[in-house]
Amino acid sequence: MDWGALHTILGGVNKHSTSIGKIWLTVLFIFRIMILVVAAERVWGDEQDDFICNTLQPGCKNVCYDHFFPISHIRLWALQLIFVSTPALLVAMHVAYRRHEKKRQFRKGDQKCEYKDIEEIRRQRFRIEGSLWWTYTSSIFFRLIFEAVFMYAFYFMYDGFRMPRLMKCSAWPCPNTVDCFVSRPTEKTVFTIFMIAVSSICILLNVAELCYLLTKFFLRRSKKAGNPKHHPNHENKEETKQNEMNELISDSCQNTVIGFSS
Amino acid sequence: MDWGTLQAVLGGVNKHSTSIGKIWLTVLFIFRIMILVVAAERVWGDEQQDFVCNTLQPGCRNVCYDQFFPISHIRLWALQLIFVSTPALLVAMHVAYRRHEKKRRFRNGEKIDIEELKNEKVHIRGPLWWTYTSSIFFRMVFEAVFMYVFYYMYDGYQMPRLVKCKAWPCPNTVDCFVSRPTEKTTFTIFMLAVSGICMMLNLAELCYLVIKIFMKDSRKTT
Repeated sequence: MDWGALHTILGGVNKHSTSIGKIWLTVLFIFRIMILVVAAERVWGDEQDDFICNTLQPGCKNVCYDHFFPISHIRLWALQLIFVSTPALLVAMHVAYRRHEKKRQFRKGDQKCEYKDIEEIRRQRFRIEGSLWWTYTSSIFFRLIFEAVFMYAFYFMYDGFRMPRLMKCSAWPCPNTVDCFVSRPTEKTVFTIFMIAVSSICILLNVAELCYLLTKFFLRRSKKAGNPKHHPNHENKEETKQNEMNELISDSCQNTVIGFSS
Repeated sequence: MDWGTLQAVLGGVNKHSTSIGKIWLTVLFIFRIMILVVAAERVWGDEQQDFVCNTLQPGCRNVCYDQFFPISHIRLWALQLIFVSTPALLVAMHVAYRRHEKKRRFRNGEKIDIEELKNEKVHIRGPLWWTYTSSIFFRMVFEAVFMYVFYYMYDGYQMPRLVKCKAWPCPNTVDCFVSRPTEKTTFTIFMLAVSGICMMLNLAELCYLVIKIFMKDSRKTT
């Protein structure tokens, strides 16, 4: 179970997202997870080995390192990325539940159900309306909360986003005050600022997506208020055609934009 | 999520590229990403461990290393490769949008064959031409910016054997020795050369696209 598995799981959610949601997912994978794995983990790799204190006192280095770095940046980012990705699973669960219901209807032999077989139900792409809209919107809201909480935790824990070169440590068993030197402080500051910037971009994308969904909701309500008639049979045929097209096009879109299996 | 996944993502874009674009992608993957992963990362692997300073002063080595290597070459190359690959996603998004529009027209009753839509090879015309050309332009800008950043940060492309360091807490001036300087210089020049080749390929592709559009225009008028 690693980042690749998370990629596979979230790839399935991608099918049911809005365009902004798909951009957010791409930014998350390429500019955050990938940067974390290929670059940031190497920068922080030797953080304790090369954390050097100007003392011969055994145990002092350990204690000072633990005092100044309660949780390493890398671990905080990994937690942040996992928490931020997880609300999308709410949407996936809701879609799975809907499919389960439709399969049940199909098996009972319900005449209203116009699907040819179970395969078609499996491949259908659902529109974001009704209860799915609420689930989707709450998932975006939770994403925003998690992003903000982690950014604040970073700021609070490390007194800002800059990595100092030198830390003065007086914890026992260090004698008096000891100078401790951090490994690669400039490179760490650069990557911290980069990750904060991409976090902010993700927050903006989420806010934009939230506004888009709210606008869509209000427009739909005003359309319904102005146009109460609807034709159920016609809509079902339309939906079947649309779903077939969606399936073909979203498959080829997936292959074009992000290549993973749903 | 690693270079393999990036390859999967960009592989999809490859379908809609010109021939020069396909060559560029191959050069990117084989001569840059693969060299980075199989060779360069090992060369720079021990950069801080084997950065040795002629002093017993604790902390001096850390501080000197940080002063002379604010961002490691490997990280700069990783960032460069990610930024240079990303504009291609603009093209992918545009193609996906076009297909979405065709689907909408199909839904509105216009007759379009589904199979044809799925297998359609998108021609680089109209607004897609502009998206494609801007993606090449951005690629070139990112390449140039990173090449300049390298030059500026490391005062050229040669890795010195010895650096003289006066930062606190080092006493007076201290000699520090870089690990594997010749090998690092070789790889830096190699990556620079391949960057240059990629820039030329991008320039050639840009010229090809511009000529194509002018020839199409002149054919339309005659």
